[in-house]
Amino acid sequence: MAIEGADIIKAAAFLGAGLSMGLGAIGPGVGEGMAAAKACEAIGKNPREAGLLTRTMLVGQAVSESTGIYSLVIALLLLFVV
Amino acid sequence: MAYDIQTWVSVAAYIGGGVAIGLGAVGAAIGEGYTAAFASSAISRSPNLSGEIFKSMLVGQAIAESASIFALVIAMILLFSDFSSQSSLMIFVPISAGLSMGFGAIGSGVGSGFPAGAACTGISRQPAMSARLTTNMLIGSAVCQTPAIFALVTSFILLFTNFSSSPVSPTWAAILGAGLASGLGAIGSGLGGGLVAGASCEGIARQPKSETTVTNVMLLGQAVTQTTAIYGLLVSFILLFKIFAPTDSIAAAMALLGAGISIGLGAIGPGIGEGFTAKSAVAAIAKNQKATGEITRVMLVGQAVSESTGIYSLVISLVLIFVI
Repeated sequence: MAIEGADIIKAAAFLGAGLSMGLGAIGPGVGEGMAAAKACEAIGKNPREAGLLTRTMLVGQAVSESTGIYSLVIALLLLFVV
Repeated sequence: MAYDIQTWVSVAAYIGGGVAIGLGAVGAAIGEGYTAAFASSAISRSPNLSGEIFKSMLVGQAIAESASIFALVIAMILLFSDFSSQSSLMIFVPISAGLSMGFGAIGSGVGSGFPAGAACTGISRQPAMSARLTTNMLIGSAVCQTPAIFALVTSFILLFTNFSSSPVSPTWAAILGAGLASGLGAIGSGLGGGLVAGASCEGIARQPKSETTVTNVMLLGQAVTQTTAIYGLLVSFILLFKIFAPTDSIAAAMALLGAGISIGLGAIGPGIGEGFTAKSAVAAIAKNQKATGEITRVMLVGQAVSESTGIYSLVISLVLIFVI
């Protein structure tokens, strides 16, 4: 079986895409969970501010999500562009 | 030096067996140690309840142990079964089964320790609630075990499916990917489910009146936490049951392995994160039952956002399997 260079490069790109998205999903998942955890605690203490707290939580999570989206972008680039 | 396939299958079975129980023993040991630590401090606080606390500790530890017993079963099967096969695919099957069960037992083992520890502390605080606490602990730890059971199911399917008619390439990568997807995917959900169950035992001990609400929200939170493990199981099943066209291309094989790695690793973070969220939500509801509606809503919204990265991983896995 003759292995061609282009095939190995594709193989590395696919494996890299899996690793990129897999590892990249760990951080945002844990971080956003912690943000939501504190929001739940805060609403338990002060239910009247539920709207403000939910908004703050969502903005914080959106920022935390960005690294997950970077991983997604890199994974898609590895799959379809490179 | 040439070895026949049978030699390599035996080599793989012994390595797989070692991996299965080696990794599989990590979680249960940590979880049970955690339980024993909390039982000891609970007994020092109220020595007159030592019998009750001791019983609760043992029951909780027995459940935490089940994850590593699954791993032991898989290791025993790998050591003593006779895997005779002419297909070199059989070399990858025992390794994948070992990886799946080994990784899959870590989260559930550690996670089940949390409710058991909280139940022991709770009994020393509220001896009158001990029956209710034990029931809640049992429900919570049982749900915690489901990711380990998913990993066990994948291992069994791997071991008892006949792959001899499948093409060696790229099926070898699908087999390894399937083991990694459900094995790694079970870590986060097992750990997260345990955090939730622990918080609910603590909440019931602090506020006995909140018991029904707390148990219900615990189950809701755990159910959402399990979703990422289910994605891992889903990808494993697709990898195991889809028929792949024979190919010599390494890229096609790596796409399938990458799919397993993507959802396997990607399920860890959301599983743990959603567990943190539900843990705090349950604790907050126990303290302030009037805000149950608001807290549950924010918990679900927060978990949904946390889930998104797990869904990205699922999408990348499915693209790798079906589009590439």
